[in-house]
Amino acid sequence: MIAVIDYGVGNLFSLTQSLHAIGQEVCVTADADEIAKADRIILPGVGAFADAIAKLKETKLDEVVRNEVAKGKPLMGICLGMQLLFEKSLEFGEYEGLGLLKGTVRSMEGVIPRDLKIPHIGWNALLVKQQHPLLSSVSEGDCVYFVHTYYATDCEDSLIANTEYGAQLTAMVAKKNVMGCQFHPEKSGKVGLSILRSFCEEDMS
Amino acid sequence: MITKRIIPCLDVKDGRVVKGVQFEGLADVNSPVELARFYSDFGADELVFYDITASSEARGIFTDILKETAKHVFIPLTVGGGINTLDDFDRVLKCGADKVSVNSGAIRNPELIREAALKYGSQCVVLSADIKRVGDKFHVFAKGGREDTGMEAISWIEKGIALGAGEIVVNSIDTDGVKQGFDLEMLKAVCAVSPVPVVASGGAGSKEDFLTLFSELPQVDAGLAASIFHFGEVKIEELKEYLKSHGVVVR
Repeated sequence: MIAVIDYGVGNLFSLTQSLHAIGQEVCVTADADEIAKADRIILPGVGAFADAIAKLKETKLDEVVRNEVAKGKPLMGICLGMQLLFEKSLEFGEYEGLGLLKGTVRSMEGVIPRDLKIPHIGWNALLVKQQHPLLSSVSEGDCVYFVHTYYATDCEDSLIANTEYGAQLTAMVAKKNVMGCQFHPEKSGKVGLSILRSFCEEDMS
Repeated sequence: MITKRIIPCLDVKDGRVVKGVQFEGLADVNSPVELARFYSDFGADELVFYDITASSEARGIFTDILKETAKHVFIPLTVGGGINTLDDFDRVLKCGADKVSVNSGAIRNPELIREAALKYGSQCVVLSADIKRVGDKFHVFAKGGREDTGMEAISWIEKGIALGAGEIVVNSIDTDGVKQGFDLEMLKAVCAVSPVPVVASGGAGSKEDFLTLFSELPQVDAGLAASIFHFGEVKIEELKEYLKSHGVVVR
């Protein structure tokens, strides 16, 4: 059973459907017991960092997630859900994240050339930086679907894949049982589904 | 670098794709679900579902179809047609749409763009404009291209972007159906004012037309077409191979 954490941000329809499509049982939940019973956890998210972390704290889901990770349960953050895994974000101020991974989330504004459009939206290639079970069915250059303005920096110790958009931007991270995708695997066709399948089926301890 | 997108557009009426599709190997060529799957498997980067039904009863059928498609197709889905209110946004987003395209509804009420962008984010709001030359001006047409609004198109698009539209679809009525290539002059005028992605629509007749589009106007992000894909005149996989061999970055 895969627990998709429901803390009131974003539309979880496509994500749950994509997990069904790869044969997984899914529960969309904000319940600590259900999350504790699940085999693996996905932390989704769209919108602003500050709102999302506030909602996780309000509902005490931040502690639930930290506890499960401490027990060794695999966790994957998607898009904003990945950004929440880091120590802090500089989106509209400075906000503390879950601190499960080392790094800071920053805007790509001023980092990428001015003639490139922000947000970074569309299909872009994965550049593998470090082999990892999540990438077992991914080839260098496979494209995935991004929609974001902010990205993780100073995260060399967990970085496994970048993408190139006028600069190298963090696309995937993984350290022990904590993983993240900046892009949307549930909207990234076969490549995205293969990453979700690896997360659900491979040994991630 | 971000890839150029190839987008097939499906016109859906009463739960069926219209514009008679001609494919071998599909059990039901007018099933939006089957066709969406087919395109997704063969390299489409995104799908546009356009609801051309008029009655509210048929609108329910459309959302059922959309939901069924979104259960099986894991690439971005854009939905347009009959989007007049925030409730319409909500209705299609809940069924698996990623982006919602507004046209006549935004002409009647431009604030719809602002409200939707505030609620769902600009990346979710696509402004689609049907544009035709009138004298030496580009005019915006409403009601599926039947009614001249008298509005100058480039300033309408600028206004739409200022209100929060995150992407622009330029549908040239002048080149639509002619199959002699995209309307480069019109697209150039739009690209000159647009900081957001621009999707070209209307006029594609061959794979060469896509190459001309992306090489003459590298600012254009995507090419959209319907019948040439449905009739198999241009196969998306072959189109992408062709573009790739000519240096256009595609998935």
